Amino acid sequence: MAQHTNQGAHDAHGSHEAHGSLKSYVIGFVLSLVLTAIPLIIVLNDVLKGTAATVVLLGSAVLQFIVQLVYFMHLKEEGKPRYNMMVLILGLIIVLTIVAGSIWIMTYNKVA
Amino acid sequence: MWDNVKDFASDFFVTGDPLIYGADVAIVLTMVAIVSALTYFKKWTWLWKEWLTTVDHKKIGIMYVIAALLMLFRGGIDALLMRTQLAVPELEFLNPEHYNAIFTTHGVIMILFMAMPLMFGLFNLVIPLQIGARDVAYPFLNSLSFWLFFMGAMLFNLSFVIGGSPDTGWLAYPPLSEKAFSPGVGQDFYIWGIQISGIGSLMTGINFIVTILKMRTPGMKLMKMPMFTWSTLSSCLTIILAFPILTVTLALLFIDRYLGAHFFTLDGGGNPMMYINLIWMWGHPEVYIVVLPAFGIFSEVVATFSKKRLFGYKSMVFALMSISVASFFTWAHHFFTMGSGANVNAFFAVTTMIIAIPTGVKIFNWLFTMYRGRLSFPTPMLWMLGFIPCFVVGGMTGVLLSVAPADFQFHNSYFLIAHFHQVLIGGVAFGYFAGLYYWWPKVFGFKLNEKLGKWAFWLWNIGFYVCFMPQYFLGLMGMTRRLSTYGWDKGWYELNLISTIGGFLMGIGFLFQVWQILHSIKFMERDTTGDPWDGRTLEWSIPSPAPMYNFATLPRVSEKDDWWEEKQRIAQGGAPSPRPKLEPIHMPKNSGIPIIMSACFFVAGFGFIFDWLWMAIPGLVGVAACMLAHSFNYNTDYYIPVEEIKRTEAAAGRAI
Repeated sequence: MAQHTNQGAHDAHGSHEAHGSLKSYVIGFVLSLVLTAIPLIIVLNDVLKGTAATVVLLGSAVLQFIVQLVYFMHLKEEGKPRYNMMVLILGLIIVLTIVAGSIWIMTYNKVA
Repeated sequence: MWDNVKDFASDFFVTGDPLIYGADVAIVLTMVAIVSALTYFKKWTWLWKEWLTTVDHKKIGIMYVIAALLMLFRGGIDALLMRTQLAVPELEFLNPEHYNAIFTTHGVIMILFMAMPLMFGLFNLVIPLQIGARDVAYPFLNSLSFWLFFMGAMLFNLSFVIGGSPDTGWLAYPPLSEKAFSPGVGQDFYIWGIQISGIGSLMTGINFIVTILKMRTPGMKLMKMPMFTWSTLSSCLTIILAFPILTVTLALLFIDRYLGAHFFTLDGGGNPMMYINLIWMWGHPEVYIVVLPAFGIFSEVVATFSKKRLFGYKSMVFALMSISVASFFTWAHHFFTMGSGANVNAFFAVTTMIIAIPTGVKIFNWLFTMYRGRLSFPTPMLWMLGFIPCFVVGGMTGVLLSVAPADFQFHNSYFLIAHFHQVLIGGVAFGYFAGLYYWWPKVFGFKLNEKLGKWAFWLWNIGFYVCFMPQYFLGLMGMTRRLSTYGWDKGWYELNLISTIGGFLMGIGFLFQVWQILHSIKFMERDTTGDPWDGRTLEWSIPSPAPMYNFATLPRVSEKDDWWEEKQRIAQGGAPSPRPKLEPIHMPKNSGIPIIMSACFFVAGFGFIFDWLWMAIPGLVGVAACMLAHSFNYNTDYYIPVEEIKRTEAAAGRAI
């Protein structure tokens, strides 16, 4: 009777499609390691300083984000109503609002 | 030894106030009464099996509603204590410290532990029935959400007899809420109570989004969903985007207090203004989170009692969804006076005015739904009608407040107090009351007494205006919020007295509601139709109370308000739409893990509050153990056989 083992499995529950392959997981894992290593090496060994370091750091952060979404969150393999993509875009808008809004609001409130 | 115990107890328990001693006695007596009643009637197993471990959304919904009504009682007592203190100038009923604690707990309880759980209760009671689902998407998580909320709320409520209440306002602005200025444990009760229940709120948001997107009955396209379902979707979307901000903000405050960091202190590079900025980024969406479902309820109620399809379905959907996004762009209007410069204030003033537009659209939709409808006025409809003028006035004063230069005059005055109580009572409380009255027969199988309900409605409605209209004028006369007393020379005496009378009228209205519930239980007339209001949506197509599996067979939907259309077809001589054959129904099994895990959270939170790691660490270990235990539990579901479904349906008078 109880073939379904996952919590909340219902009649309306469709079958799960398989996500990713060993190859894609390995690629994702290596890429995320590389993108973690780059900023560490640059900062710890004083390879770059100032604005250049900031740019590289932020750049690898953004790439890391994309790698996580593509290889581990399977953003590309989504079914037809692309809920994940829609929510991601909305989430990004909200995050952007929070960060940019806070910076803007707090510009006038710097202590010292 | 004895001295040590006495020392500890005098710190640990709140002492010195006769009101608190009274509460101590009442709490102990209530606990003793509950425990002995359960033991005497041998109800412990029943309680554990039927309620505490249930994953049934209908039972969880009932527990949410009961908890919320208890919290409404506590928050209401707080309100009446404050109004009593302010009734006459220079009264010495509450001392200023006690007054601070009471306005803090009043605010936190009413928003986070009354409005939120009442809203979640209505989600649970209605949404799966409305979309033709057997349960929510994650029944286990649903139970866990409830128990986390419950334990968080209890932790917070404990503070007034143990350790001392938080007393820094409902949003706990630093630097006052920092260790240097609030060294007591009250502030930690605030942080942990809200954090623990906040985890539950976030999970409920996720749960209902998935339920609505994935578990609708065949044929129910998004644009055929009932409006309450749409409003729940928009509210939950806002929850999952806003609650993480609250969690992070309070976590930073906790790190400041517990580890001596400097995020929001004045020294060490911190900035308390950042806290205000962050907390309102959650706080503003939060008010839309609680009011959007109320809009959904009014849409259902007005369509049912006008016997007409809701006017402007698409514009309503658009308004709900655009509000849930736009609510993230207005937060700075809560602190125009912080001095962020003219550009910032102008931007947020304009966004605030813009968000009033979709709200106005909805008001017109409801009015046009009533236009030329076949109107009737039972209690849910009365609350709907009471809501419209109240919310319009509240919204208009909100637009006044959104004018940044004028706000420098209104800010933190009683004008503001009157405004937000008008939208929160007139919008949220009236809305949830309408929802409770409307869906009560679906949940319990009998209607609430109409006569007592009308008394309650008029007492609440008149009491509301008597209480809050004078406060607008008090605000304009210069009375600021959180004032524990005032002099005879201020000229605020008469208006405050009137306001207090109004507050007590609402209190009497609440008593009428309690009486109404008790009276209706005693003299109930069983509703055998399952559709006492001649409703429009799917929840009315099944017996009341709904059977455990909700729908014996999943209905196939082809229209908006499909149940109404089906009834029309049958009235015109059409045959009822054919039902598929009965099949065994797949259901989730009850689980004790949610309540145990939440209790572990409670223990951990209590440990952190008093900085007792010997208590906090085992609590967290317990949480981890519960997660592990649940991960390896494969015995989570079962099937209801066809025979049992047939028996249940026959008992409810349904032919299969």
